[in-house]
Amino acid sequence: MKGLGELERIIMDILWARNTALTAREVGRLIEDRDLAPTTVMTVLDRLSRKGFLERTRDGRAWRYQPAASRDAYVAELMLEALDLTGDRDAALTRFARAVSGTEAEILRKALTELEEQ
Amino acid sequence: MIAAAGLAALATVCAVAAWRLTLARWTWRAPRTAILLWQSLGVTWGLASTGALLAYALEPYRQGVAYGLIDFLARLEYGVREPVDLLRLGALVAGLALLAVLVTLPMAAGAQTLRARHRHRVLLSLIARDEPAVPGVRVVDFPAAAAYCLPGLKSQVVISDGTLSLLSSAELEAVLAHESAHVRERHDLVLLPFAALRRALPWSKVVRDAQASVELLIEMAADDRARRQCCPRRLATALLRFGTAAALPTPQGALGASAATNVMARVNRLVGSDLTLPAHHRFLILAGSVVLATSAPLLWLIPG
Repeated sequence: MKGLGELERIIMDILWARNTALTAREVGRLIEDRDLAPTTVMTVLDRLSRKGFLERTRDGRAWRYQPAASRDAYVAELMLEALDLTGDRDAALTRFARAVSGTEAEILRKALTELEEQ
Repeated sequence: MIAAAGLAALATVCAVAAWRLTLARWTWRAPRTAILLWQSLGVTWGLASTGALLAYALEPYRQGVAYGLIDFLARLEYGVREPVDLLRLGALVAGLALLAVLVTLPMAAGAQTLRARHRHRVLLSLIARDEPAVPGVRVVDFPAAAAYCLPGLKSQVVISDGTLSLLSSAELEAVLAHESAHVRERHDLVLLPFAALRRALPWSKVVRDAQASVELLIEMAADDRARRQCCPRRLATALLRFGTAAALPTPQGALGASAATNVMARVNRLVGSDLTLPAHHRFLILAGSVVLATSAPLLWLIPG
């Protein structure tokens, strides 16, 4: 039995990999773990919609789900924050080091060469 | 009048000391001691500046700031009614306003930081993967170099895919030792009030510089911890590789320059000769911090 967090991840990956909106039944068929109860899949899809990661539309008596944003968009959001390039939403992370460019980068590159030669 | 004058003097001393401390370089030789001094200065300045205004306003009560304030808030009536009271009334309003600002704005900013971290954590759980080569570390598929610690009750160390290809295994080990030092010593809690104060008072140069200083000192403290477990030289080369691996356009100007200076300062500490501040100096600074931190609360209690 997988945890809910793990299932959320698997289901998002399934929906990101396909371009069409899927129903809970279709998602359930694509999950490798065959022992999963259909209600569990529905619960996770519902949770993800409430968190804003999925959008759902009516299709007859069922709902069809699709990602609200692409995987790349979320990766970009995370990494912009990690590199301290966002202005407003600052999670005050402790970053290893910042990258610099131009003449500053030249100074660091020279120091790196010197250290490696020693 | 003694309490008001003493608190005003204390607030001035703290402001001048904070300004001097942003320029000081001995802090790099004893980052942990310097962080403590910063915390002590911050708390003392807040208590002293609000206390000075309130001590003057509540002087007619003759009970000191703490009890005078309780008395005033309990009755919500300013007891002294003379024509000359306008100045004291102004001090009362200013003192209460400053106290409210110093308490609520950092709390609101802190809450926003926690929300941003929560969102970050949720996104990570959907996107990051585990890599067998680096157990316990979350890996995000992204070409640029990034390594950071997402703080919380269960802090997570996160690196980008690009980091794995940028660094040698010894360098990666050094970076991870550095990041787990952040986790173990809960550096995020040190940073939180300074980051919150900066968000609350973004126009204040001293606050901005203070936060930048503390950020750098925390990195140095983590470097110090990491060098006990790994080769300092590998940590230094990892720093330089990170600094030059700009896959994204970095912010121009002062930030870039100070980032480069910070990287070089940390590298020089790691490869240079050992220059830890002598123990008796550190002890003196520590004692000073304690005296400072206890002086303001005491002055809040002195009547008159």
